[in-house]
Amino acid sequence: MAAITLKNIVKKYGDGFPAVNDVSIDIADGEFVILVGPSGCGKSTILRMIVGLEDITSGELMIGGQRANDKAPRDRNLAMVFQNYALYPHLTVFENIAFPLRLAKGKHQEEDVQRLVTEAAAMLELTDHLQRKPANLSGGQRQRVAMGRAIVRQADAFLFDEPLSNLDAKLRGQMRSEISQMQRRLATTSVYVTHDQTEAMTLGDRVAVLKKGELQQIASPRELYEQPVNLFVAGFIGSPSMNFLPASLEGNILSTAIGDIEISPEKADKARDRPVILVGVRPEFFEDASLVEEHKLHHGSTFTAELTHTEWLGNEQYGYINFDPAPEVREMLNSLARDMDADELRPQVVVTLDAASKIRGGRPAELWLDTRRLHLFDPKTGENLTLDAEEGARLTAEANAERAEEIESARQVAAG
Amino acid sequence: MTSGKQKIIWSGIAVLVLIYALFPVASILSTSFKAPSDLTSGKFLPSSGASTLENYQQILVGDAQGLFLSALRNSIGIALIATVIAVVLATLCAYAIARLDFPGKKIVLTTALAVSIFPVISIVTPLFNLWRNIGLYDTWLGLIIPYLSLTLPISIWTLAAFFRQIPWELEQAAQVDGATTWQAFRKAIVPLAAPGVFTTAIIAFFIAWNDFVYGISLTSTESARTVPAALAFFTGASQFEAPTGAISAAAIIVTIPVVLLVLLFQRQIVSGLTQGAVKG
Ligand SMILES: Nc1ncnc2c1ncn2[C@@H]1O[C@H](COP(=O)(O)OP(=O)(O)O)[C@@H](O)[C@H]1O
Ligand SMILES: [Mg+2]
Repeated sequence: MAAITLKNIVKKYGDGFPAVNDVSIDIADGEFVILVGPSGCGKSTILRMIVGLEDITSGELMIGGQRANDKAPRDRNLAMVFQNYALYPHLTVFENIAFPLRLAKGKHQEEDVQRLVTEAAAMLELTDHLQRKPANLSGGQRQRVAMGRAIVRQADAFLFDEPLSNLDAKLRGQMRSEISQMQRRLATTSVYVTHDQTEAMTLGDRVAVLKKGELQQIASPRELYEQPVNLFVAGFIGSPSMNFLPASLEGNILSTAIGDIEISPEKADKARDRPVILVGVRPEFFEDASLVEEHKLHHGSTFTAELTHTEWLGNEQYGYINFDPAPEVREMLNSLARDMDADELRPQVVVTLDAASKIRGGRPAELWLDTRRLHLFDPKTGENLTLDAEEGARLTAEANAERAEEIESARQVAAG
Repeated sequence: MTSGKQKIIWSGIAVLVLIYALFPVASILSTSFKAPSDLTSGKFLPSSGASTLENYQQILVGDAQGLFLSALRNSIGIALIATVIAVVLATLCAYAIARLDFPGKKIVLTTALAVSIFPVISIVTPLFNLWRNIGLYDTWLGLIIPYLSLTLPISIWTLAAFFRQIPWELEQAAQVDGATTWQAFRKAIVPLAAPGVFTTAIIAFFIAWNDFVYGISLTSTESARTVPAALAFFTGASQFEAPTGAISAAAIIVTIPVVLLVLLFQRQIVSGLTQGAVKG
């Protein structure tokens, strides 16, 4: 077990383009850190530099307090699960899992190998398949074998490179919770790469959001969600994603394409003197005004808008409002979409309504918006003008405390 | 029931092909057991009671022994050496083609292809003159070199295709698992590459083993003459007897190693040729 520290890490491939640019991350011992970002943003490159399969162009990598830049992969004592599993096709499941043990010559007696592999296999429900070859296993089983090979030895950290991306949605959910529980139980430092923000939010103690090789923000999932530092993080985290509405500010009133919204003077003060600002509103900040309890109404602003249509999902419903942005704003929204690896951002606002709401498309409707939680962004720099760093730090500290508790109780269960 | 019908049709075709391919072999086999007087009987099988091992005796322990056994030794030696050299060179070459990016990669492959489609008969005369001048005529080396021109291109092509399919990521996985660079290669890659190398070796061996044109043109004595060439020099027991029986016996003997190799290693050959097993 070890802490991993990345200090100003840069990676330039042969063409000189920096695939990873000045990334610094401190990973505490036992922590589960997720690297997330659209494909091509340098996640795998970072992981491969940590494990030693890729040279570090500049910067410093410390593992367990020791500089590891120039260590060979075998001397770093890390275990990695590859995206397509990288199982040895000529070996049985047993031998695949035993492979790292057999390589550590003289360290393990044959009985030890038997015992360790059997234990790992039992933990991953592979006991019945130990004598089969990888080619005869299902995707989920192969995934488990790859995990088995990683956990069988006492590695200082686990590294995962999109380990679930080849599985179907149902299996992915199941394996996700298994990985999470296993990590809690073993309390081994883990770095997990994914492009799926749901995986990132559910698994990580902290999530590092990357864009084009640069670290945007690293924080607990709650902090990322509530206090994103910029447009990119705000748009990437959350599903359905945050709505961005161009607006102009007069006094405390934001005039947007879907109506006028009144915000608190403190928020408004942070965003003054800009011709256009972008209002970031998550779908669930909206509600059918007629269903909002009396005492909450004054926390938000009520306005009238016309929904094009609604989708009823049982537990809630989505409503859609179209708007027509100015050309330069449209261009900005599109470039943001490109950064996030998404299709064109439709000039559309998604709102989440209570399942009981009677609002339907085609008629004007009274909507309420919780203005305490919205954020204002500078459209040029993408910076979050209303960022509350203190609140963010509080959320992350809270998450850390919760996690410490979980690990403690997992230890007690394991011991008792 | 188209599938049932299809099965019958395919079986029929398979039987036809088998008969077509095996009839000459069966004919040679039966001829090899015929006595000289029986050769012109016009029957497929030796006349009853006239079946004989005389032909085999003649080439293995009798008059033709010198001619045949030395040719057998030459054939085995030359084919093996040519195979080993071809496979070693082709492995290195194919590894580079499959794994490295270097200018001229295409040229190597197209040159190999061009060499392999060059008609043998058009090079053999200049080669004959050249070999006589530089002293390679009628030596093992004089045959091994032209055999390499036959075996190398096909070896490079099959191995390059094979190596391209190997999941090289395994090498990295093994290094992370604690292997040295060499261990990673030996434990993760060699077991996967072996069937391909093996298949290539067998194909190369057959090509060298079966060659006739170089064998007959570039040799003159027992010191390098291979079996296919030596067969042409067999004579009958007397000048009035055709050596057909002895030639047939010799042909059967040189066919045996080929058949044995294929039977013994057919699983490796099939898996080597079809691959796929590596993926997954
Ligand atoms: N071996 C390589 N040579 C050159 N460029 C590479 C290499 N590997 C990755 N890259 C580039 O580096 C960037 C980051 O790649 P990668 O780390 O694989 O992204 P991710 O895992 O986030 O999808 C991409 O632009 C990719 O094209
Ligand atoms: Mg990747």
